[in-house]
Amino acid sequence: MKRYSAFAIAREALRYHTGWERAWTSPEPKRHYDVIIIGAGGHGLATAYYLGKNYGITNVAVLEKGWLGGGNTGRNTTIIRSNYLQDPSAAIYEKARALYEDLSQDLNYNLMFSPRGVMMLAQTHHEVRGYKRTAHANALQGVKTEWISPQRVKELVPIINIDGPRYPVLGALWQERGGTARHDAVAWGYARACSRMGMHIIQKCEVTGIRREGGKVAGVDTTKGPIDCNKLGLVVAGHSGVLAQMAGFRLPVESVALQALVSEPIKPCMDVVVMANTVHGYMSQSDKGEMVIGGGADGFNNYTQRGSFHHIEETVRALIETFPIISRLKMLRQWGGIVDMTGDRSPILSKTPVENIFINCGWGTGGFKSIPGSGWGFAQLMATGDSPLCRAFSLDRFKEGRFIDESVAAGVAH
Amino acid sequence: MSARIATQGRLIDRSKPITFTFNGKRLHGLQGDTLASALLANDQMLVGRSYKYHRPRGILASGAEEPNALMGLGEGGKFEPNQRATTTELYDGLTARSQNHWPSLEFDVGQVNAALSRFFPAGFYYKTFMWPKSFWEKVYEPVIRQAAGLGAVPKERDADTYEYFYAFTDILVIGGGVAGLQAAKAAAQTGAKVLVLEQTPHWGGRAPVDGGTVDGEPVEAFVERTVAELSAMENVTLRTRAMGAGVYDHGYALGYERLTDHAPLLAGPRHRLWRIRAKRIITATGAIERTLSFAGNDIPGVMLASAMRDYVVNYGVAPGQRVVIATNNDDAYRTAIALKQAGIEVLRVLDARNSGGGDLMRQAHEMGIRIDCGRAIARVKGAKRVTGVSVCAHDGEGGALEEVACDAVAMSGGWSPVVHLWSHCGGKLIWDETQAHFRPDPNRPPTGADGEGFVVPAGAANGELMLDAVLSDADAAGKLAAKAIGFKPKRGKVPQGAGPEEAPMMPVWLMPARATTALRNKAFLDYQNDVKVSDVQLAAQEGYESVEHTKRYTTLGMATDQGKIANINGLAILADSLNAPIPQVGTTTFRPPYTPISMGAIAGEARGEIFQPLRRTPMHDWHDENGADWEPVGHWRRPYAYVRPGESVHDAVMREVKNTREKLGLLDASTLGKLIVKGRDAGKFLDMLYTNMMSTLKPGKCRYGLMCSENGFLIDDGVVARIDEDTFLCHTTTGGADRIHAHMEEWLQCEWWDWQVYVANVTEQFAQIAVVGPNARKLLEKLGGMDVSKDALPFMEWRDGQLAGFDVRVYRISFSGELSYEIAVPACRGRAFWDLLLKEGAEFGVMPYGTEALHIMRAEKGFIMIGDETDGTVIPQDLGLHWAISKKKDDYLGKRAQQRSHMTDPNRWKLVGLETLDGSVLPDGAYAVAEGVNENGQRNVQGRVTSTYFSPTLGRGIAMGLVLHGPDRMGEVLEFPGTDGKAFKAKIVSPVFYDKDGEKQNV
Repeated sequence: MKRYSAFAIAREALRYHTGWERAWTSPEPKRHYDVIIIGAGGHGLATAYYLGKNYGITNVAVLEKGWLGGGNTGRNTTIIRSNYLQDPSAAIYEKARALYEDLSQDLNYNLMFSPRGVMMLAQTHHEVRGYKRTAHANALQGVKTEWISPQRVKELVPIINIDGPRYPVLGALWQERGGTARHDAVAWGYARACSRMGMHIIQKCEVTGIRREGGKVAGVDTTKGPIDCNKLGLVVAGHSGVLAQMAGFRLPVESVALQALVSEPIKPCMDVVVMANTVHGYMSQSDKGEMVIGGGADGFNNYTQRGSFHHIEETVRALIETFPIISRLKMLRQWGGIVDMTGDRSPILSKTPVENIFINCGWGTGGFKSIPGSGWGFAQLMATGDSPLCRAFSLDRFKEGRFIDESVAAGVAH
Repeated sequence: MSARIATQGRLIDRSKPITFTFNGKRLHGLQGDTLASALLANDQMLVGRSYKYHRPRGILASGAEEPNALMGLGEGGKFEPNQRATTTELYDGLTARSQNHWPSLEFDVGQVNAALSRFFPAGFYYKTFMWPKSFWEKVYEPVIRQAAGLGAVPKERDADTYEYFYAFTDILVIGGGVAGLQAAKAAAQTGAKVLVLEQTPHWGGRAPVDGGTVDGEPVEAFVERTVAELSAMENVTLRTRAMGAGVYDHGYALGYERLTDHAPLLAGPRHRLWRIRAKRIITATGAIERTLSFAGNDIPGVMLASAMRDYVVNYGVAPGQRVVIATNNDDAYRTAIALKQAGIEVLRVLDARNSGGGDLMRQAHEMGIRIDCGRAIARVKGAKRVTGVSVCAHDGEGGALEEVACDAVAMSGGWSPVVHLWSHCGGKLIWDETQAHFRPDPNRPPTGADGEGFVVPAGAANGELMLDAVLSDADAAGKLAAKAIGFKPKRGKVPQGAGPEEAPMMPVWLMPARATTALRNKAFLDYQNDVKVSDVQLAAQEGYESVEHTKRYTTLGMATDQGKIANINGLAILADSLNAPIPQVGTTTFRPPYTPISMGAIAGEARGEIFQPLRRTPMHDWHDENGADWEPVGHWRRPYAYVRPGESVHDAVMREVKNTREKLGLLDASTLGKLIVKGRDAGKFLDMLYTNMMSTLKPGKCRYGLMCSENGFLIDDGVVARIDEDTFLCHTTTGGADRIHAHMEEWLQCEWWDWQVYVANVTEQFAQIAVVGPNARKLLEKLGGMDVSKDALPFMEWRDGQLAGFDVRVYRISFSGELSYEIAVPACRGRAFWDLLLKEGAEFGVMPYGTEALHIMRAEKGFIMIGDETDGTVIPQDLGLHWAISKKKDDYLGKRAQQRSHMTDPNRWKLVGLETLDGSVLPDGAYAVAEGVNENGQRNVQGRVTSTYFSPTLGRGIAMGLVLHGPDRMGEVLEFPGTDGKAFKAKIVSPVFYDKDGEKQNV
């Protein structure tokens, strides 16, 4: 496969770009693979990529019901940060963030990782204390964050209103190397790299059953016929419970719609990502110029990938309070994605009751930012049976009461 | 050139001239103009620059689908970017600025991108800008960001106001064209309540421009008569300038009414957001004309044929003097005829169909218009405006047969129904082969809770493009919607529409059909985002085969018109590239809103002080007048401290603690939650909710209780008082009142619905004041009226009575370790009682204290605080609160969870006190480090600070914390690194720093 570069573009320009190859192939499934990953979203593709890159396992198929990257990978607000409080969270999110730093070069696909800085506003004394605690924890976890003053907040985000009448800004937790990336490109870049390694990404191939023999996985039935495998990874945010049921076990997850919206594009006015958890909303400006806005999850279980209106209203209200000028912008589009929510709002990366079936789910509202770290750790778990990054996120923690609860510091969205 | 003409102009008033400015230039228009028609009347054909290549852009359309003519309107607090000139009504003094160019619209440096466009195909940025690595964030991205964006940034706070409006209706009709009006009439005649929303200021849609007759009279007469009939009906509400913006589950719909955009001097809100619940929604949203994909179809002067007709007929504006028309269907002949009638020269109609059209073609021919069948436009010539076209055979590669000099081009690629609102909530589409468009699939509508479809499409929005079919379809839709919800349709006469016979259209997705690569490279699909036919083909070639991949890779349909112009043409090109039928490729998802709606309208009135209503205690104003340093707590604000002139906040806190410990303090405790739990099973219920046994509490007594979640974690605490056999009063934390009330209701309504218990939140019904300190009893005795002695009112009991004539309920409880009475009075008496306590307490040194003094005093006593010592991961056992967990009960919420292995792990961190070796204050939230690092390379830790203060009582820093094996390690010294490089050393001590035996409170 030809490498992407400025020279390649110049060369192709002269022949009207007729020489570009497919970014990924579209093969028919083989009868057997060493590893099958169900779900060609960011997490599934990243898992496949690191299976090949770190463990030399390339006889891999990634099965996708729809189109690759079409679930939450392509529906999120693209925020990347690792300023988490609890050790296991900080470890996997920081691993992901660090991988994002070099991922464009690694994949030879520009993901536009933009470490423009992420700030989480404190607007109550309680939040101040929570973020100061996080700053202490991050320092010991090797995550570079700092507590900054309202004046510094204003310098970094000139359009912010720091002395609103209801919730003045009291400071913020600032992660300078947090930021955003182009979400679709993450899926596409991994897909292209997996395809280059000879892996099969099979789209429009829905899994209809999971076959087991003697307590072990034997293969899957799909709309393109049965396929055997030695190991199976379930990486299907939003529908994890459905797949688990096929494999004969239950998961402590619920599926809810998480909403986002964008404004019409305007010239650059905000370089950093701002999260305001007291008033409940977050916002960044994309390279296209749109203000990308995220809010809360709908309070009811749902598979429809569309949201209700009342959360939009709450979110926009909160953000106008924080950034008054956006009152004169217009909402271009609102959409929803279905996220898995666990009891402690932390993910599950785990072995399952069925031998050689592994599950990666439950990322709730925090999936996109973790993709490379999740893939890295989950590939290790699938290849070797254990991963320090995944250990704390095992399924049995719910039986033991060993919760990893981030709500302390992250309030709502994370 | 484009100019005003002497005839036509059904919507303008030539007697009312209007002055406005465009890029600072003073121009003239007429009452009734849109900004777009007025710009055209002034020969302003260049109105903007495209997003990626900064190509010159002119007005393409006449309505909501316009992708090019986006303007910054207004000044200062009324400035707003990205507004469509085609839907902006002109008013006197309007100021408009074009967008996305530097230094000027005419000369834009950015157009160098256009010259280099071959190097910037779809998705080029994914393939480059990666080397050297640091250049992305430092060089490439900042340049891209600056070049991208579109409108200017508003600088000032919005000067306008907005409001919500709630409407409930049987039937909502979206669209006030002939279909919407007829559907509304048919529905309203059944007696159903009908609301009709029309996005423009005019009724009738495009039918009056398109012509034809209804029951023998002109369409305009039918529109007038129907509007008059509907206006006279009491069950009908009509609104113009109100767009149906979105359809959501359960018949919920959004209307977006623009009240003052057309007349900014009008008083009142600018926009009104209608939040509508309708039993049925009729979408009579019309159809949008498609462009034709030929090279140069984006040059200013190339316009949709229907739009050109609109400008002539509605506004008396000629978009050009010598026009070439390209079409694949009969409708464009209406434009040819309208132009000719207005005296505009129509040089050619290039009809891609070899056999041409029907009646309209013949009529045009009779008027002397030259019609070339089987012909197409190979390429449009010109830069900032059209100068001519090359004509070719449609069924070829574009070899020029003829050059025609002209100054405008009209194009028509057929019509696509506006299916957005049908699709928002899951309505599915079918592909109509004969008309080459997607229309609503009647078998797969969006369904409501009853499983029935709740959206009914009507007229052109349902794929019916002929006037007679539009009217009969709309009439049927109105009756169907009414019948579905129980109204009985009348068997009225359906108005008969009549118009010319039309020949079938022929799908044309690329013009000419086998256009060369070079031509495809200049044939635009998405005008705003600069997506060309070649870009979609490149996406398909590179494997971005899903329509969603193509959209995201090329940005097709992602501009502010959201693909209204580009999508169908784009996916037809994609289908062709993939050799797949169009319906198999499918569409991208239609999302609300139909066209962008203002954030201001979404937020409504809730801004500034009323962003979230502030809750006030009866003493709020006194606090405000007496130096309160406010702290938001839940929806309340509480005084953090009362700062006196010359004092710092810290000074004030120290003074308040000292005074309360030594003399007498007053705390406004009204914000603490007060929940009445009443009923035969109230005791049983509270036994389940609290870890303690509450059912054995005697009336007249109080007990401190802990509440846990199902997962065992401590979620709230407070004092419970038993009022009588069936009644308890549960105090919660300030932030917890609403949450705990909901928690109780959830259990009562979902799990224990057969228990006889009622919960009432009476937090705001009482003002509650804590009278605290060694002089507390003296003050109450001075007030007189009830016995507050140790024997009559012992610690942890309560009494009703009177003090100085006030009805009071007095609780002997203490959160400070001092002699303390919490006194509840009816809220209306709160302020008077507070004033009295201050007056009468003066001789005992009374002084109010704030939340920080409260916190310090409780920490000195080792009392935990929800939210400080707890964070959602802490169980009562971690905090040494075993004494508050009943061993006698079979169950309580959280009990089973607390028996899980991790909860009983001896290595859980436990509550201790911490004292710095040097008396300094430990940093809040600091962690105690242990040796080494964990498996992920993170520093090992063995504890953390949960609360930390300077204690004026002890004259040193004190802290509470959770520490591994803490209670067994008294006297050990831990190290707490600060975030600023400084490390603190602190000794593990008992968490009770003050009056360990409780001698001061129990007197």
